Amino acid sequence: MSLSPENRIFKNLDGSEGISLAASQKRGDWKTPKKLMEKGRPWIFEEIKASGLRGRGGAGFPTEKKWSFVKKTGLPSYLVVNADESEPGTAKDRDIMRYEPHKLIEGALLAGFAIEASVGYIYIRGEYYREACILEAALREAYEAGFLGKNAAQTGYTFDLYVHRGAGAYICGEETALIESLEGRKGFPRLKPPFPAQMGLYGCPTLVNNVETLAVVPTILRRGATWFSSLGRPNNTGTKIFCISGHVNFPCTVEEEMGIPLRTLIERHAKGVRGGWDNLLAVIPGGSSVPLIPKSICDTVRMDFDDLRDVQSGLGTGGVIVMDRSTDIIKAIARLSKFYMHESCGQCTPCREGTGWMWRMLERFSKGDGNASDINLLEEISHAIEGHTICGLGDAAAWPVQGLIRHFRPTIEKRFDEFKNHGKEKRSS
Amino acid sequence: MACSKNDFDNRCSSSPFSFTKENEERAKEAISHYPLGREASAVLALLDLAQRQIGGWLSPESLVYISGRLKMPLVKLYEVVGFYSMFRLNPRGKNLVQICTTTPCWLRHSQKIYEAFQKGLGISYGETTRDGLFTLEEVECLGACVGAPALQINDDYYENLTPKKVEDLLNQLSAKKEKS
Repeated sequence: MSLSPENRIFKNLDGSEGISLAASQKRGDWKTPKKLMEKGRPWIFEEIKASGLRGRGGAGFPTEKKWSFVKKTGLPSYLVVNADESEPGTAKDRDIMRYEPHKLIEGALLAGFAIEASVGYIYIRGEYYREACILEAALREAYEAGFLGKNAAQTGYTFDLYVHRGAGAYICGEETALIESLEGRKGFPRLKPPFPAQMGLYGCPTLVNNVETLAVVPTILRRGATWFSSLGRPNNTGTKIFCISGHVNFPCTVEEEMGIPLRTLIERHAKGVRGGWDNLLAVIPGGSSVPLIPKSICDTVRMDFDDLRDVQSGLGTGGVIVMDRSTDIIKAIARLSKFYMHESCGQCTPCREGTGWMWRMLERFSKGDGNASDINLLEEISHAIEGHTICGLGDAAAWPVQGLIRHFRPTIEKRFDEFKNHGKEKRSS
Repeated sequence: MACSKNDFDNRCSSSPFSFTKENEERAKEAISHYPLGREASAVLALLDLAQRQIGGWLSPESLVYISGRLKMPLVKLYEVVGFYSMFRLNPRGKNLVQICTTTPCWLRHSQKIYEAFQKGLGISYGETTRDGLFTLEEVECLGACVGAPALQINDDYYENLTPKKVEDLLNQLSAKKEKS
């Protein structure tokens, strides 16, 4: 199974071609926005539903369902594009925005039209300054060509799209925190319900979608739901962008068919694991927030939502972090814990305090300082965080630690033994 | 970020802040993106403009100005400035070197990149060179994992780094200084 070039949605993911409106149109963008919109909102909903598209930002929620929650209440509704990509291991939205900006803009127009929003914001992470400039230039082109603004694409529908730069906060990738940030406050996640679809930006119905989710919408509508759902397998349809990083020979961002075996993905596109497949220790398959899987699982697992869930991990954002046998796995996960400690917004006690505890314990473990009961304690802490916070950051911080304990408990225990024996040797000499 | 009222008054100089003509245009444009009465949404944009104008940090006067401009209480503004990692309340070096050390970069030896900077500049994380040219910082994931190890200097990303490339980069940036 391999994604043939004509089935590829993102034809310029490597940046080898131009990014201007004209160059994008040559790749098929903005071909028939008017025709698609004239087929009507119900048709768009039907197509997206039939395509089986699931959100590409990490949670994998069915896109059509999310759209359908946005109800007309008499208030204006808003579209917000979540481009606050900060998940360790993930750099896909950045490549879409800098190499295929018009795909995102067209997708935003169509989604905005579907939910009857008249304004959209692209919330891009602050560090992506150059990417924000590219997006702004692409927006100007789209306005000049009449695809945005009043009478967008000659359909009589008005849609304005703006770039909103963030300022450095991982938590703003969480949709309610993102909305808080858009309103000019610090990014504290809100309690749900009410969900953004009922009460989001400025208290109005709001749809928040990931960049990749929106960027595939125009192609799905043009080529049809049947085409999209013929790729992958039921409930896991279409293509997905994977970012392969870590200990591979050729780290890359690549679009592949959903459900491609992990091993094939790494060997075909990243030219294999450094030192060969047998040198593999573990893989974090979907960005830092999902539990790692050891080599024995990597041998056979397929890269889609359901298969990875069955091995107690997840597809997440599709950020594949590969670690070979030279990796100090305890340190690798400890570094992730430090990341979550740094990025916890501090609103909920379990997350604010717990992420620090987990990091300090793992740092201690990495030196070998601890005993078997400490591992149980660490696991207990992770469960005390998971599910006890307003947003998902607490869960995301707990899962990598749980994954480490699930698969590498013997490694941690061995390190404890070495430390103890080393101490003994020192004392006896 | 602790800054008492007295402390704040002491640091406020008598000359008020205002945007340059160019930045004023940009500020107006940013505010116009949001509905009437929702000007506070432009706070990140205005803070960023002010920070760029001042040279990489936010002076107390600039915060007073923005707070008045967006009709936001000053304390709310401080909340925002303290929350987001890209805003700073103290001057920094001309080149802000931010090295990513989160796991994907760490796996590809970001430590060596840091050591190369340490050796080349003689400073550690959180420090600024005496000539005020470089500030070195450790940051969390920059979202450039495929190009690990990566770092950011001001607005630009540098990826697939090696200690040798760091050396070249430092020479390049120091040469710029001699020219200017």
